[in-house]
Amino acid sequence: MKKWQCVVCGLIYDESQGWPDDGIAAGTAWQDVPEDWLCPDCGVGKMDFEMIEIG
Amino acid sequence: MSAPVVIVGTGLAGYNLAREFRKLDSETPLLLITADDGRSYSKPMLSTGFAKNKDADGLSMAEPGAMAEQLKAEIRTHTRINGIDPGHKQLWIGEEAVPYRDLILALGAKVIRVPVAGDADDAIFSINDLEDYARFRTAAAGKQRVLVLGAGLIGCEFANDLILGGYQVELVAPCEHVMPGLLHPAAAAVQAGLEGLGARFHLGPVLASLQRNGDALHAHLSDGTLIECDLVLSAVGLRPRIELAAAAGLAVNRGVEVDRHLRTSHANIFALGDCAEVDGINLLYVMPLMNCARTLAQTLAGNPTAVTYGPMPVTVKTPACPLVVSAPPRGLDGHWRVEGTGPDIKALCHDSSGALLGYALTGTAVQEKMALNKLLPALLA
Repeated sequence: MKKWQCVVCGLIYDESQGWPDDGIAAGTAWQDVPEDWLCPDCGVGKMDFEMIEIG
Repeated sequence: MSAPVVIVGTGLAGYNLAREFRKLDSETPLLLITADDGRSYSKPMLSTGFAKNKDADGLSMAEPGAMAEQLKAEIRTHTRINGIDPGHKQLWIGEEAVPYRDLILALGAKVIRVPVAGDADDAIFSINDLEDYARFRTAAAGKQRVLVLGAGLIGCEFANDLILGGYQVELVAPCEHVMPGLLHPAAAAVQAGLEGLGARFHLGPVLASLQRNGDALHAHLSDGTLIECDLVLSAVGLRPRIELAAAAGLAVNRGVEVDRHLRTSHANIFALGDCAEVDGINLLYVMPLMNCARTLAQTLAGNPTAVTYGPMPVTVKTPACPLVVSAPPRGLDGHWRVEGTGPDIKALCHDSSGALLGYALTGTAVQEKMALNKLLPALLA
């Protein structure tokens, strides 16, 4: 499970947590997040996230 | 050495354009000029800092030195441009002439200030950048009562954030309901959500005068109400910064006028972000800005690309009652239909053929935004 960070606002998408508020279940890999999902904090699109390496 | 690409402004527009440009061109000299301290931060986060208990340093994502290294750019901070000479492709910093290959205006918008009578004008703050935020936080330390001027998107976001940060908040605005322009049932849901947190609204009157009274402030409203508070946060609106462009003879309207290639009326000068009016549309949001940064980077790298806008829904950060709005595109008229009750409102705007033009969603209805976004028309096809 990886984490991805929005380059605009710093919000982190953690694959292990998903984003239940938007119907994205825990464990959803980044590539399976819908292309039109928007950053919940600043509203930018998926292409503005960059992966953070962890562990 | 060839003249640099010069970007004026290091907000989200300036820095993200520079980042996108560097993905395509790592060689052309790049100069960024800012009147601010040049720290990289995300403007939308300025209205979430109290709830997250983050001061200005906490919201700063990178120092200008780190940005300069990352972007392979020179960054001049605390520096103001005195004028642009489009004919000679140079700009003026004091007496110094700075040549440019291409000049990009990423100047942002400035806050509208309403004059207020009384002796406490200096107790009225606004938060439009990270330095404003730092000043407001310093002033708010140890205080309890904040009067917010304006009940639009920003006023409501700050009210919600300040309450979550432990402040007592009252709002005054000369409108019938919060967020004028937003459909009433959705606005009422947001207002009720904020009232549920303890916000008090004074809708209709304006702040007539502000007087010091010992350590406190006395705010006299135009309807005779007296509010005692400790400081005032003005959030009555923003206006694109166009003065520099206008003085250089560039076409301006509400914003700096640019075409689909983000080119101003002068070939080597471009604009994007809050200061730009793109094909007649001036949007003060992050998503169109990022869109413009990507396309303009292509154009500057020698691959002229026209900007297109898909749907541009706006998320309003009022956790007391979340709100997402997608306004119908200009020139398109539709019929609104409202479903839901209380905090959970789903308002949809359809045209006569039944096609979705826009929506306003509050509370639990915001979960439907992703499905609805697929049905929305493009703002600039």
